[in-house]
Amino acid sequence: MTAFEDQSQLKGAHWQERFGDAALWVLSLITVLPILGIVIYIIYKGAPGITWEFLTSMPTNGMREGGIFPAILGTLLLTLGCFLFAVPLGIAAGIYIAEYAKDTAATRAIRIAIISLAGVPSVVYGLFGLGMFVVFFKMGVSILAASMTLAIMTLPVVISTTEEALRSVPNAFRVVSISLGATRWQTVWRIILKEGMPGILTGVILGLERAAVETAPILFTGAAFYLPTLPTSPLDPTMALPYHIYVISTQVPGMPLTVQYATVLVLLFFVLVMNLIATFVRSRARARRQW
Amino acid sequence: MDIIQIEDFSITYADGAESLRGINLGIKEHAINVLFGPAGGGKSTLLRAINRLNDLTDVKEVKGSILFKKENLLDSKLDVTRLRRRIGIVFSRPMPLPMTVTQNVTYGLEVAGEHDRGKLNEVAEKALRQVFLWDEVYDRLNDPAIAISGGQQQRLCLARVLALEPEVIMLDEPTSALDPVSTARIEDLLQTLKEKYTIILVPHNVQQSSRMADYAAFFLQGELIETGEGKKLFIAPEDKRTQDYVEGRFG
Repeated sequence: MTAFEDQSQLKGAHWQERFGDAALWVLSLITVLPILGIVIYIIYKGAPGITWEFLTSMPTNGMREGGIFPAILGTLLLTLGCFLFAVPLGIAAGIYIAEYAKDTAATRAIRIAIISLAGVPSVVYGLFGLGMFVVFFKMGVSILAASMTLAIMTLPVVISTTEEALRSVPNAFRVVSISLGATRWQTVWRIILKEGMPGILTGVILGLERAAVETAPILFTGAAFYLPTLPTSPLDPTMALPYHIYVISTQVPGMPLTVQYATVLVLLFFVLVMNLIATFVRSRARARRQW
Repeated sequence: MDIIQIEDFSITYADGAESLRGINLGIKEHAINVLFGPAGGGKSTLLRAINRLNDLTDVKEVKGSILFKKENLLDSKLDVTRLRRRIGIVFSRPMPLPMTVTQNVTYGLEVAGEHDRGKLNEVAEKALRQVFLWDEVYDRLNDPAIAISGGQQQRLCLARVLALEPEVIMLDEPTSALDPVSTARIEDLLQTLKEKYTIILVPHNVQQSSRMADYAAFFLQGELIETGEGKKLFIAPEDKRTQDYVEGRFG
């Protein structure tokens, strides 16, 4: 009699399989349910507060009424500023580490430093920004200082995802390109960077997303409690969504709950849109990938 | 006439991998120069030294010289990009670049600074015709190169080298990943190409070596054991080790 004819054993394996499937399913559900619950609750509580006026007008009556336009605009400006500083620098550094740097002790130390920097608490970046940009470079509490602080926080993420994305491009492409008389830079520019771009973009978007929703780094460097007017220069401070949420949920007595939930909902929407873009970029690239 | 003269050439890698010791070899112009022998003998290493692809690897020490028309290829001041256009290489696996069929052929010219679309397309057609690929892919020129068959891809890789109008073409086991029909096509192709180009071929077995060789060199564990004209090495080798390998006693 072979093992296959031993029905009892087969049956045991079958039930094990069924049990394993069920357990994994339940565990996945347990992970997803709380998130789903939170999102649905916020939508339920906040959706009635979302109106065109809410999104496009200035706050009134001590922020208890009116809109949150300055906060939305502020977050967009800070994210844009962060993008302008962090992305070119981060991608350049990633290219250098992945394609040019020799594998020496110094390179390895830099790589470890970058990975460690990605794990530094955001409030530390906030204090660094305060000391470095606000005070030392005399930028004051401003959009510029806050953008640069966010950029410093985002840099390690952009650098390491760029490095990762470029390393995943098959080495054969480099060898072939060089063998056809291309220089190293031509190889990077025409092939490696192009193939690695979807991975880089995904990292950039996720990095920016974190920058957009963080409160601590902008707390001391650029965020204002309340401003009656919109910023007119990069050296002005600005209101921003995450800090605004903190302010209206803890610092303003008699704040209507709907306004609080609606503001949170707007921030969540921000995150959702950026995540969707990242997912879209990645899946499109995967479908088009030729290796 | 020797187009390339290798003199007392030795190379060692930093990681102690495959190396070559005291190689003296002349590569004959307008002929198929076959380098053969068991794996790890240093044939690929020699090819990669000739067009300086070795620069990408961690080389510990290089000795001797490789003269290409009286110019030492090992000179650190040599313009390696220009060298690689004059001495092209085809690898053992078809390795199309992640772009279209045409772009693969014109890539080398584009990085060399040719931007005239009309000229590039002209060169692409000529190169694809040279490898008898044009009739098979003329309606798929803008498809990704990965979409054509493996045999076609390997001819594309050859066309890519031909587009640069090199003087020497090196092929490192170009048919090892191909079926017999595709292999035969590549072999026929090389026989016609040798009229115009100098060919250095590392075949993937002894049979192919003996079929293709105008000149043959037998490599064993980093040393050049024996060289000979035509079929001599396969019929009447002088060295016992060559004979044993050719007769299939090892390797």
